[in-house]
Amino acid sequence: MQYEAVIGLEIHAQLMTESKMFCGCSAKFGSEPNTQTCPVCIGMPGVLPVMNRKAIEYVIKTGLAVNCDIAPHSRFARKNYFYPDLPKGYQISQYELPICERGFVEIIVNSEKKKIGLTRIHLEEDAGKNIHEGAEDYSFVDLNRAGTPLMEIVSEPDIRTPQEAAEYVKKLRAIVRYLGVCDGNMEQGSLRCDANVSVRPTGQKEFGTRTEIKNMNSFKYIEKALEYEIKRQVKLLNDGGRIIQETRLWNTNKGITESMRSKEKAHDYRYFPDPDLVPVEVNDKWIEEIRSQLVELSDSIRQRFVSQYGLPVQDADLLTSERSIAEWFEEAVKLGGEPKTVSNWMMGEFMRLLNEEGKQIEESSLKPEHIVGLLMLIDKNVISGKIAKTVFEEMYKTGNAADVIVKEKGLVQVSDESEIEKAVDEVLANSPDEIERFKAGDAKLMGFFVGQIMKITKGKANPKVVNELLRKKLII
Amino acid sequence: MNIDDVSLLSRLKLSDTEKELFAGQLSKIIEYTEKLNELDTSGVEPTAHILPMNNVFREDKLRNSLPPDKALNNAPDREGFFYKVPKIIE
Repeated sequence: MQYEAVIGLEIHAQLMTESKMFCGCSAKFGSEPNTQTCPVCIGMPGVLPVMNRKAIEYVIKTGLAVNCDIAPHSRFARKNYFYPDLPKGYQISQYELPICERGFVEIIVNSEKKKIGLTRIHLEEDAGKNIHEGAEDYSFVDLNRAGTPLMEIVSEPDIRTPQEAAEYVKKLRAIVRYLGVCDGNMEQGSLRCDANVSVRPTGQKEFGTRTEIKNMNSFKYIEKALEYEIKRQVKLLNDGGRIIQETRLWNTNKGITESMRSKEKAHDYRYFPDPDLVPVEVNDKWIEEIRSQLVELSDSIRQRFVSQYGLPVQDADLLTSERSIAEWFEEAVKLGGEPKTVSNWMMGEFMRLLNEEGKQIEESSLKPEHIVGLLMLIDKNVISGKIAKTVFEEMYKTGNAADVIVKEKGLVQVSDESEIEKAVDEVLANSPDEIERFKAGDAKLMGFFVGQIMKITKGKANPKVVNELLRKKLII
Repeated sequence: MNIDDVSLLSRLKLSDTEKELFAGQLSKIIEYTEKLNELDTSGVEPTAHILPMNNVFREDKLRNSLPPDKALNNAPDREGFFYKVPKIIE
């Protein structure tokens, strides 16, 4: 039987606020354990949580960017359960009245556009962190993360393939990063993704029994985990088995999903409105204020790069993958760089060097004015394209301007015929065999001669002059 | 919902005698609150908060946290600056 998968995703995004959701403790990642807690976030009696305005605004901002309705009234609820990383015994979350509802994003898979619906976006507090490694019989708890603002984005079950799921998460990650509301770091867990997966015979309307998959902390693992889980469910059904509704964890090492046998038997969260927190009312004025701060998002920039600068779609895709890359590119173009040439340098050398070091573009000392300076030297024939690569690497390493490096290293292109002629003569004098073979019709040897001449001149000879001289001397 | 579920959710270990006692008491409490259902509230918004207040916010500013020694002061067990709890997962 043919099956199709039905997938819905929940994305948790840590908001980039300075302080926590309901208290003034720092929301920073990576500090010493339990140094960022206070009576509010560790659940001492008699404290009063107060909402962080910025966190609410970040959720509204995200909602606007993904076409959601912003709720005029929303409120916080308590989700009750016991776990060591949850000191109050309940998580402050939103239940029946989330801040955003009914949105959508568009993804492109196999060159086809697809709309993925969003059910809701709500705001909640994150839990602390349990550390299981290091002791046989104990777990350790760090509550620095407890109470930090967490935005949950819930999709409709509109996703049909693992590839669509990965594209959807990529799209949302790009959006929250562009908006500057979440850094999107999946490895550190500031962006986390859970999936609800079921399969059904193709053509059937009703959904099958679903499982929830957790612990997929990269795009690659989202695809792999979902591929595995879909296969597992189809095989189970084909073998006459039944799917059990359960939570399963993706095991990266084994490449499989495994049932998470939870010790908690009675699941009943007993949601009720949090009496400590007053309702949130959002009027049009506030919404418009936030809307006016919205930045241009990647889809729009991508289209603009194609129409305004005539870039190929692949270039525009890569250059808009991060807001900082798009801004870098556009700055270089504004300074006079030819768009496609700038794009080539960025997508080639620049990305290679950044990837080697695992650096972000904004961390690099190479700025848009550097590349524009380099392109000017090439245009004016001061340096050859080959030398330009050397200069580029040097600019990347030192942050010095191109003309400074060229002067310091003596890399100016030599166009003087008599000087180049010396090198040509030397190479030809040393290559009688090659000349014979060349004359016998082995045209490829032209490259050999040019290469040898470049070696002697340390790449500084003007290739045009070299070619002219070679052609003259070899009489072709 | 039975008394076993309630005791598990609240992490209370009850003896059989207690279970019987509390089951009866809880039933009475629920019965009593059921009385509210006799009122016609069809035109009334559900009340989550009795004060006519909304949008009480704080600005996104840092305030001092507790020194970890103080924060961990009530913990039954600790290791360094970590809370130490019985193993959570197998």
